[in-house]
Amino acid sequence: MTARLDTTTGSGMRRAMGNRSLVIGLFLTVFFAGMALISLIWVPYDITQLHIADKLHTPEPAHLLGTDHFGRDILSMIMVGARTSIAVALVAVGIGMGLGVPLGLWAAARKGSLVDELIMRGNDVVFAFPSLLIAIIITAIFGASALNAIIAIGIFNIPVFARLTRSGALSLWTRDYVLAARVAGKGPARISIEHILPNVTNLLIVQGTIQFSLGILAEAGLSYVGLGAQPPIPSWGRMLADSQTMISFAPHLAIFPGLAILFTVLGLNLLGDGLRDSFDPRLRRGRE
Amino acid sequence: MLRYMLKRLVSLCLSLLVASAVIFLCIEVVPGDPAAYMLGMNAQEDTLAALRAELGLEGSTLSRYFAWVGGMVQGDFGTSYTYRTPVAEMIGERLWVSLPLAVYALVLSTVIAFPAGIWAASRRGRLADYGVMGMTQLGVAIPNFWFAMLMVLVFAINLRWMPAGGFAGWDEGLFAALKSLTLPAIALALPQASILARVMRSSLLDTLGEDFIRTARAKGLTRAQALWRHALRNALIPVLTIIGLQFSFLLAGAIIIENVFYLPGLGRLVFKAISARDLIVVESVVMLLVFAVIMVNFAVDMAYAAVDPRLRKGGQGR
Repeated sequence: MTARLDTTTGSGMRRAMGNRSLVIGLFLTVFFAGMALISLIWVPYDITQLHIADKLHTPEPAHLLGTDHFGRDILSMIMVGARTSIAVALVAVGIGMGLGVPLGLWAAARKGSLVDELIMRGNDVVFAFPSLLIAIIITAIFGASALNAIIAIGIFNIPVFARLTRSGALSLWTRDYVLAARVAGKGPARISIEHILPNVTNLLIVQGTIQFSLGILAEAGLSYVGLGAQPPIPSWGRMLADSQTMISFAPHLAIFPGLAILFTVLGLNLLGDGLRDSFDPRLRRGRE
Repeated sequence: MLRYMLKRLVSLCLSLLVASAVIFLCIEVVPGDPAAYMLGMNAQEDTLAALRAELGLEGSTLSRYFAWVGGMVQGDFGTSYTYRTPVAEMIGERLWVSLPLAVYALVLSTVIAFPAGIWAASRRGRLADYGVMGMTQLGVAIPNFWFAMLMVLVFAINLRWMPAGGFAGWDEGLFAALKSLTLPAIALALPQASILARVMRSSLLDTLGEDFIRTARAKGLTRAQALWRHALRNALIPVLTIIGLQFSFLLAGAIIIENVFYLPGLGRLVFKAISARDLIVVESVVMLLVFAVIMVNFAVDMAYAAVDPRLRKGGQGR
């Protein structure tokens, strides 16, 4: 009896927390996305101009987050850097979804066939390459750039979406309405698009937010080691790399870009959690 | 079991073959002439020819691939173009940093995650649960190289408790060596510990909802007794799987962390090789890491099947 009571109160509290996740996550995501968008038309200071006389200022009213070793405004750099992070992660999720979802649908529609086996084993092979290794291979041949970072993270995303779509689709293929559609004479491709895809969209949106946050982290990591966006394109990861040698006397250079990454990723993760809960209350119990 | 093992073994060999072919194609075929790529634009024709001969580029693509794979099977990874030493030797040296670092991080991650996950599960829906889950949210979202930089700032620069970077070497004694690996291992372990704590918690909660736990409770066990005596052991299977998978991520993730701390591991090796266009080294290190990932996944599958007979049946397609 006690156990049951525990569960009820627990789930009540969890529901509240679930909504709170959604609200906080949405707020953080909109905040950073908004910052990136605003930077397209306005930034406090032009980051292409160097003002050596103003270098390494700590946060002050004129420069809210201080200035770097070239006298550039950190807030402006973080705003423009948000653009790079978000663009790289978003396109990488697009690549992962654009290729992974059709592959997953195809594999599910032909379950147990050679195509299914090939797609899934192909996924296994790609899974053996962490995105960092893909990036290393690509940069070793083509050199480092934001585009190559996008490709590396995008390739890593393909099996994630393919597997998710396939497993979601497999459970749908046994449903009565799919049977009805088959009886009506619809082919596997049409059923996949008209009946399966709309019903796995929620799953895909939730996973999309998670991959988006992983993409931001991956882009930061790649830029940090010099495999991502190259100068003069600002990126959060490279700001951190630049700050490393100055961390003992100018820690603010390292703290603010790191916080930007942390809160963007946190926001997206919370958004994903919140969306999952609101899409499917049954998943609430399994929420980690 | 034997049939399942054989099937997985075949699939393991195929994965290794395909992965090696992909790496070979990307690094040795896509750039066109690797020798010209490695030497740059102003290379003399005779130097190019010498390097081509050294790399064994004369043969067909297929024969070169098999020579490469055959060499690796015998422990011959070729010779580094920039260092003029056998790649296998270089990797061997670096592994003495990267491997202990990954193991150290794995141990830390487990030591942090187990109590945290168990505590959160046993206090489900209460403050402790939300505290632990909140911490894991942060742990997953923090870029580990940034966390590493902050730790350097606090523990190395301000408090001077730990070295800011570099590796003391195993000759200096176990303590000194482990000391220089401690901050890197914590940075690597943090996100993994957060994931593991979440898996531990949710797996334990799933198990606590099973019938046999209700039976145990009905027989008079307290919730805590049921958790420790019955639920924990059953909840461990998914947790062990994740630990296995994390090991390969730790090996690859160490590449970035090694750069923060200037550790002479595989990560530093591969970045130096990229800037020196030493394709042979890049190719070998990537292949080694991919090999590690595939082997660990295989080992996890085998362990899983040994523990849970239902999976073996699934594997036989019944």
